[in-house]
Amino acid sequence: MEYEAIIGLEVHVQANTATKMFCACPNNFGSEPNTNVCPICLGYPGVLPTPNREAINKTVLAGLMLNCEIPEFSKFDRKAYWYPDMPKNYQITQYDLPFCIDGKVLVEGKALTGELEPKYIGITRIHLEEDVGKSTHAGTYTGVDYNRAGVPLMEIVSEPDMRTADEAWAYLTALRQTMQYAGVGNCDMEKGQMRCDVNISVRPVGQKEFNTKTEIKNLNSIKSVHASIDYEIERQIEMLENNEEFKQQTRGWNEASQETYVMREKEDAHDYRYFPEPDLMPVVLTADKVAEIKEKMPETPAAKRARFVEELGLPAYDAQVLCLEKATADWYETAVATGADPKKVSNWIMTELLRELSDAGLSINECPITPENLGELLGLIDKKVINGRIAKEVFAEMFKTGDAPGKIVKDKGLEQVTDTSAISEFVIQAIDNNEKAVGEYLAGKETALNFLVGQVMRFSRGKANPNLAQEALKEELAKRG
Amino acid sequence: MSESDIQVAHIAKLARLQLTPEEEAEFQTEIEAILSYVDKLQNLNVDGVEPTAHATQITNVIRDDVSGKTQDREKTLANAPDVADEVLLKVPAVLGGAH
Ligand SMILES: [Zn+2]
Repeated sequence: MEYEAIIGLEVHVQANTATKMFCACPNNFGSEPNTNVCPICLGYPGVLPTPNREAINKTVLAGLMLNCEIPEFSKFDRKAYWYPDMPKNYQITQYDLPFCIDGKVLVEGKALTGELEPKYIGITRIHLEEDVGKSTHAGTYTGVDYNRAGVPLMEIVSEPDMRTADEAWAYLTALRQTMQYAGVGNCDMEKGQMRCDVNISVRPVGQKEFNTKTEIKNLNSIKSVHASIDYEIERQIEMLENNEEFKQQTRGWNEASQETYVMREKEDAHDYRYFPEPDLMPVVLTADKVAEIKEKMPETPAAKRARFVEELGLPAYDAQVLCLEKATADWYETAVATGADPKKVSNWIMTELLRELSDAGLSINECPITPENLGELLGLIDKKVINGRIAKEVFAEMFKTGDAPGKIVKDKGLEQVTDTSAISEFVIQAIDNNEKAVGEYLAGKETALNFLVGQVMRFSRGKANPNLAQEALKEELAKRG
Repeated sequence: MSESDIQVAHIAKLARLQLTPEEEAEFQTEIEAILSYVDKLQNLNVDGVEPTAHATQITNVIRDDVSGKTQDREKTLANAPDVADEVLLKVPAVLGGAH
């Protein structure tokens, strides 16, 4: 029998505001434990929370980037919460009237293990809530740090539209990319700035209704999400084939063994006893206000990819790689703005620059080479001041020193030799030192010429113009033939 | 609201309260009395009245994203049941959270 998986994701993203959601405590990762707290986020009696304008604006911006509708009227609610990482015993969240509804995000191109046809994944809603504190479990007790309690947290709920681990991987990648493009969240999963829960069930292809789903938690990288889905699909198919009974479960992910395990089974349906937060007034976002936020909306990653393909003539794969991070895409566009050929710039970034950066453990923002300097380097090749081989040498030097290519070429005397008399000297040297190859060429073996061109390049220390060298060689050999 | 609409045992479980059978019976009677009083609201004619989450019509009470004063850790930890590693609140062992 053939099966398909039904996958929906709940993704939490911390908004990168200066302060917490309902109080003026700093929203800072890595501060000394329990220093970014105040009576409001500690839930002391009688305090009055007030929502953070920037957190709301960033949530709306995230929603617009994900093609959501922004309802005019939203409100906050209380949700019963019983773990000690939330000192109030409730969490302020949004129940029935969230800031963003009915969005979608495009997934396409190369995924972790395969290639995806373009497909939209629906987004049910994005609501804004407060994060909980951080618990450290020490066996006999639990230690709690409330620095994170009250940090603005966007919860992005997808439709059950994904069918494979690759689609979920691409959806998460697209979400993270979109948040980074919008500048609303840093989304470092290792720092807990982005967290993902997976809802997954499996059914025979053709069956209409959903089977009982499993929720997977403790996923701390996009790769773990992918691996846990593949594991769960196999596990659930095996259960279906053995006619085993499904109970609604929450399962954890064990990174070491690459397996999911039971965390808890749902005894009775959760009753969070939501009710409208009496301390907070509803939020009205007028069409004008939404338009104002929309005006400042940056290009979405999907729109940028499409523009790179349509306007700059890049292959889809190049566009995907360059747009992965906004900073790389910006770097690329600045280099192209110098007048350099868009595809050539892309080739240099994809084959040389990204490799150098990764070897040096640097981000594109820390790149020693400026995009203008890469543009200048390509100009030097175009104007035949240097050839491609020397250009790679100059590039490595640029990466090491941050110097402009013109300066490096001048300082090291790397200008291409186009002076024919100088080239013919190298040609004579190449011919005199390689009797065997000369003989072969004269006997009709065309490929021997390539070897001789290489020798000319060697004698010129790479500086000879290879085309001129080849012509001069042919001419000289014809005299000897 | 009819009697079966609210079960004190269930509410107590959700609120993590441990009640004796006597308390349970007592609160069941009391809560039903309170609810039947509130039930009088059901007799009001609310045709044409928009539902609302709040009694007031105030909206958009919002603050700017500017940081302010935090509370000294000593003061925060003085309110904790116990302290671990000098900087964390110490509570009984918990396995897994909702997040
Ligand atoms: Zn606070």
